[in-house]
Amino acid sequence: MVDFQGWDMPVRYSQIPVEHQQVRESAGLFDLCHMGRLDFSGPDAEDWVNRLITADLTAIPTGRARYGFLCNPQGGVIDDLIVYRLVDRIFLVVNAGNRERVVSWFEEQRQELDAQLADRSEDLAMVAIQGPDAAEILTRVVKAAETPIAELPYYHITNAQLSLQNATAAPARIATTGYTGEPGFEVFLDTQLAEALWETLQEAGGKAVTAVGLGARDTLRVEAGMPLYGHELSEKTNPYEAGLGPVVKLDKKTSFIGDESLRRIREQGPERKLIGLRVDSKRIARQGMAILQNDKVVGEVTSGIPSPTLGYPIAMALVDKSVEAPENLEVDVRGKRVPVIPESLPFYSSVRKKTAKVL
Amino acid sequence: MAFPDNLHYTRTHEWLQIDGEIATVGITEHAVELLGDLVFLDLPEVETQLSREDRVAEIESTKAVEDIYCPLSGKVVEVNDGIADNLENLKDSPYEQGWIIKLRITNPDEIKELLDSAGYKEHVESEDH
Repeated sequence: MVDFQGWDMPVRYSQIPVEHQQVRESAGLFDLCHMGRLDFSGPDAEDWVNRLITADLTAIPTGRARYGFLCNPQGGVIDDLIVYRLVDRIFLVVNAGNRERVVSWFEEQRQELDAQLADRSEDLAMVAIQGPDAAEILTRVVKAAETPIAELPYYHITNAQLSLQNATAAPARIATTGYTGEPGFEVFLDTQLAEALWETLQEAGGKAVTAVGLGARDTLRVEAGMPLYGHELSEKTNPYEAGLGPVVKLDKKTSFIGDESLRRIREQGPERKLIGLRVDSKRIARQGMAILQNDKVVGEVTSGIPSPTLGYPIAMALVDKSVEAPENLEVDVRGKRVPVIPESLPFYSSVRKKTAKVL
Repeated sequence: MAFPDNLHYTRTHEWLQIDGEIATVGITEHAVELLGDLVFLDLPEVETQLSREDRVAEIESTKAVEDIYCPLSGKVVEVNDGIADNLENLKDSPYEQGWIIKLRITNPDEIKELLDSAGYKEHVESEDH
């Protein structure tokens, strides 16, 4: 067990590569109760959220989800999040370590608006089931859903009733979002029922499902080229540097915090860029290690893992915009230079295609 | 967890088997367990002259990179060449196939500073608490 943003969490339940492979081949179960979950309701809820996030909430219909950012006035990322629109509320899932900062940021920017923010992180649990068999397994646990979950496209959400042992009623929100590069679901339900859901899913999945700890959660998301706050993203990084410019909707009608800075960054082009790297060694390029080109420091590693799917170490790095040629790139591993080769992101994903762009 | 009686140990989790002026050095089962999934071992060159507590090798796991320290002053006379490509030997056979280097001891007085099996076991247990 390790301390992760104040939560006691297991790095692994069995072995990281085993858990990882099971998610790629069948299904994995994730306890995500550490994530922040916020409900916004009331007449001005949409306006309130829309004034702070980079996504255009008015373009998100009921039952849909979008990835987005909360930015500071300089365009730096306060948090990355997923916003969902339900019939009667706006629902945000934010990072565990940023939850308090995000809640106070919203309160600071509330002004005269007539809306409520409810921090549901403690009473509404979050459990994910991810992998090619996830839909089949979860379907066995769903009694009724507004949209049958097997028909729910990527980045959607529906209200549902689950059938759990010893629970007469188990209302849940089921979303087709995730952090693994596999199809799958994130399920939100009363914390009192979380353990029953966990056990019911394990029973329904049998050998096809395994519990997945933080270790494999990290290797899965790095292979999928997905950013992690504190690594690829921070208040010192803007969405354009992280290669996530399309998520910033500068043409939306509502002005939002950071939009002027972000417009300028887009026009001038970001100073740095996030790239994928293959390490030409068994060594792992770790966060903070310098990237060099022709003996000059040109950036640093943000995340690195031994990739269980690809069989070699991979990394993401923020490098200077001047890095245009893929040759002669190296990472400094404790004083030793190890060659790295740019590779397009995501390294591996069954839900997102590899981009053509390498640098 | 094994703590063979015929070996000497250090507080930084190296073990030594001393045979005359030659010491065979590896890392303990406890150390391997702490490191987790091993990915890389960087070995020294034969003939390298080392003082006690010099860095002799570097071992990397998915979790971290750790230095392996030279437990006695001496000259490296042999390295376990095959081990870097068979890191599972460190886990499966830490005290036999998992040896890392052999040293020719230059200062035998340092031997008495090493821990015996009971002393090392106690050290491990105190670290766990």
